[in-house]
Amino acid sequence: MSSITLVEAVNLALSRAMEDDDRVVVLGEDVGINGGVFRATAGLQQRFGAERVADTPLAEGLIAGMAVGMAAEGLRPVAEIQFAGFAYTAIDQILNHAGRLRHRTQGRLSCPMVLRTPCGAGIHAPEHHSESPEAMFAHIPGIRVVYPSSPAKAYGLLLASIADPDPVVFLEPSRLYRRFKEEVEDDGEPLPVDQAFIAREGTDVTLVAWGAMLYESLKAADELAGDGHFAEVIDLATLKPIDYDTVLESVKKTGRCVVVSEAPRTASLASEISANISERALLSLLAPVERVTAWDTVTPMFRLEERYMPNAARIVGAARKVLEYQ
Amino acid sequence: MTVAATFEIRFTRYLDPTGREAAPLPSFAADARALLPDYRAMVFMRALDAKAIAMQRTGQIGTYASTLGKEAIDAGIGAVLAPNDVLLPSYRESGILMLRGVSPHRTLLYWGGDERGNVFPESPHDFPFNVPIASQMPHAAGVAYAMKLRREPRVALAMCGDGATSKGDFYEAINAAGAWKLPMVVVVVNNQYAISVPRRMQSAAQTLAQKAIAAGIACEQVDGNDLIAVRDAVGRAVELARTGRGPTLLEALTYRLSDHTTADDATRYRSADELKEQWKEEPILRLRSWLHAKGAWSPTDEQALAKDAQMHVQKMVQAYLDTPPPGSEQMFEHLYARLPRQYQSQVAELTQQEERDVEHHAG
Ligand SMILES: Cc1ncc(C[n+]2csc(CCOP(=O)(O)OP(=O)(O)O)c2C)c(N)n1
Repeated sequence: MSSITLVEAVNLALSRAMEDDDRVVVLGEDVGINGGVFRATAGLQQRFGAERVADTPLAEGLIAGMAVGMAAEGLRPVAEIQFAGFAYTAIDQILNHAGRLRHRTQGRLSCPMVLRTPCGAGIHAPEHHSESPEAMFAHIPGIRVVYPSSPAKAYGLLLASIADPDPVVFLEPSRLYRRFKEEVEDDGEPLPVDQAFIAREGTDVTLVAWGAMLYESLKAADELAGDGHFAEVIDLATLKPIDYDTVLESVKKTGRCVVVSEAPRTASLASEISANISERALLSLLAPVERVTAWDTVTPMFRLEERYMPNAARIVGAARKVLEYQ
Repeated sequence: MTVAATFEIRFTRYLDPTGREAAPLPSFAADARALLPDYRAMVFMRALDAKAIAMQRTGQIGTYASTLGKEAIDAGIGAVLAPNDVLLPSYRESGILMLRGVSPHRTLLYWGGDERGNVFPESPHDFPFNVPIASQMPHAAGVAYAMKLRREPRVALAMCGDGATSKGDFYEAINAAGAWKLPMVVVVVNNQYAISVPRRMQSAAQTLAQKAIAAGIACEQVDGNDLIAVRDAVGRAVELARTGRGPTLLEALTYRLSDHTTADDATRYRSADELKEQWKEEPILRLRSWLHAKGAWSPTDEQALAKDAQMHVQKMVQAYLDTPPPGSEQMFEHLYARLPRQYQSQVAELTQQEERDVEHHAG
C-alpha cells in the first residue's frame, strides 16, 4: 500500500495491467521515453519495451483507429490522447467504428480498447488544453465513458476499463492529477464501471458531480452543513451508462438535487441527468432540479478559467435555491 | 519494368555553419548591409524569447513555446511576405508576427492566458496562433482558394512542425493545394522533434519535403539556420504562388535548441552532446560571422543592438503588464456577431456570481 497521486495511480494501473496481461499495449504521443507529458506512462517503456509502449506519429485519428484495429485483432490497447482538446479527430474513429464494430459485425468482431485522455480546466494550461468534452463522448452509442475522481478510483476504474470487453473512453481530470495523494493498494482489483459512489451521505439535497467538481461539491456540502443542511454527494464516476439506481435512490430520499458539471450547459450530461430525474422521480421532487455548469462559451484561456468553472459558491447558491424552493 | 517517374529533392544553403559562403549568393544578398534588418530582427526575437522564458519561470505568464533556434526561418519569411498576404502560424511563429507589425506584447498576452494575444490589429488578415497541430493547414487551402477565386495576387503561407506532417490535415491540405493549384506555401519547420518524438520516428520518409511529391506540388529542402537560404527559397515559393504557378512545400531544417515548451524537460529524451553539437549550427552566430566577414557589422554595432533589444523587450513587457486584466464578460464577447438573447440568463448568472464572490471576499 502506498500513498500516491491520481496520475501515479494511472501509471500503477497501467503497469499492473501490462504485467498481468501480455495483450495490453500502450500507444500515444510521447508515451514512451518521455513517459507522457503528465508522466502517466513514466517508466513503462523501460519496463515493457518499445513494442508494447509505442510512441506514435502525431495523429489522433491514427491513434484511435489503430486501437480499433489492435482491439479487433485481440490486443488490449490503451491509447492516450495527449489532451482532450485534441481528441476531436479521434471521435470519428470512436463514433464510426469503436462503438459499432461489435454491432456491425453482429458480435463477430469487438473493440476492447481504452482511450485515455486528460481533460478539464484549472491548471493554467494553454489554449485548447482545458476542454470538457464528456457529453460528446457520452452521446456515442456502444461505448462506456469513465471519469475517476481520486487515485484509488483511477486505479480500480482503469483496470476495469482495460478488462472491459467494450470500448471505454477514460477521462482523467488533469486538475486532480497531483492535487492530493491517497493510499492505493496495487492488488489488481477493479472497481465497477457501472456504479456511482456515495462520497458523502446526507438527507436534504443531493449533489451529483464527477471528477474535479466532486471536490467543489464536497466543499459546498461543508458550507451547507454549517447552515444545518445536509447534502448527499454522489460521485458519478461512470458517465455512460449512468447508474441511475444510486442517483434516484438519493433523490427520492432528499427530494432535491443539484447536478454539477464543468462542461458547457447546453446538451450537457447535467441536462441529461436532470431530465432523467424529472422523468423518473418527479413525485419525490420538492424543487426543480438545478444545474450548475460552465457557461455556453468557448473554454476561455486561463486568465478567466476560474470564472468559467463552477465553484463551491455557485453550488451552494443553487443548493440554497432548491432548499428554499416553495 | 520501366521507370514511370523520377523525383529529386533539392537542398538550398548559402552559408555554412561558420558563416562562410557555400554557394554564389542570390542578388538580394549582394550587399550584406541589406540583410541587417533581418539580423536585427533575429536578435530581437532571441531577446524576447529569453525574457518570455524568464517570465514563465516567475509566474508572469503561463506555459510558453520557445522560438530559440528558428530565428532565421521567422526572419526570412517575415522579410518576404507582403503585408496583404496571409500568415497561418502555429504557436511558434511570434517572430514572423513581429515582422508583420504585430506588437510582441501580444505573444506575452497569448501565453499569459489572455485571448487578446490573438488580436493582431497591425496585420488583420493573419490567422491566430494555432495549437491543434496541423489544423491550420486546411485553413490555408481555404484562404488560398479565396484569393484565387478573386484573382488576387496574394499568397497564403502556413507554418507547421515536423510532427504536424503526420496529421491527416497536413496531407489533405497539400493535396488539395496541388489539385487546385492554389497560391499556397507551406513551410515545415523541421526542428527534429515533436516534443520527445524524434523526426526519424515520425516518418520513414527520407525527407519531409518529398511529401509534396505525392501531392503533386513543388518542394525543396532548405537550411533553416541560414537566413539567406530561407529568404531565397521562401521568396521563390511565394513568387510562384503569387503568379499563379502553384503551391510549394518547403522543409526548413533546423533544431529546437529549447525544451518543447516551458512545461517540458528535454533532458529526458535527448543528450547534452546532441544539443551542444547543434549549437554550432545556430542561425544568429552564422549570419553575424558572415556580416563581420563582409565588413557590415562590428562588435560595437553588436553592443548597441544588444542594448536596443533589451530596451525594446522591456517596453513589450511593460505593455503586457499594463494591459488591464480581462473582465469575465470577455467570455461572452465576440462569441457571436450578436450574443443571442438566450445567453442573457447566463450573463446574469455570471454577474451574480461575481457579486457573490466580491461579498464573500469582503465578508
Ligand atoms: C492535434 C494535436 N495533438 C497533440 C497536441 C499536443 N502537442 C503540442 S505540440 C506537439 C508536438 C508538435 O511537434 P511539431 O509539429 O514538430 O512542432 P514543434 O512543436 O516541434 O514546433 C504536440 C504533440 C496538439 N497541440 N495538437
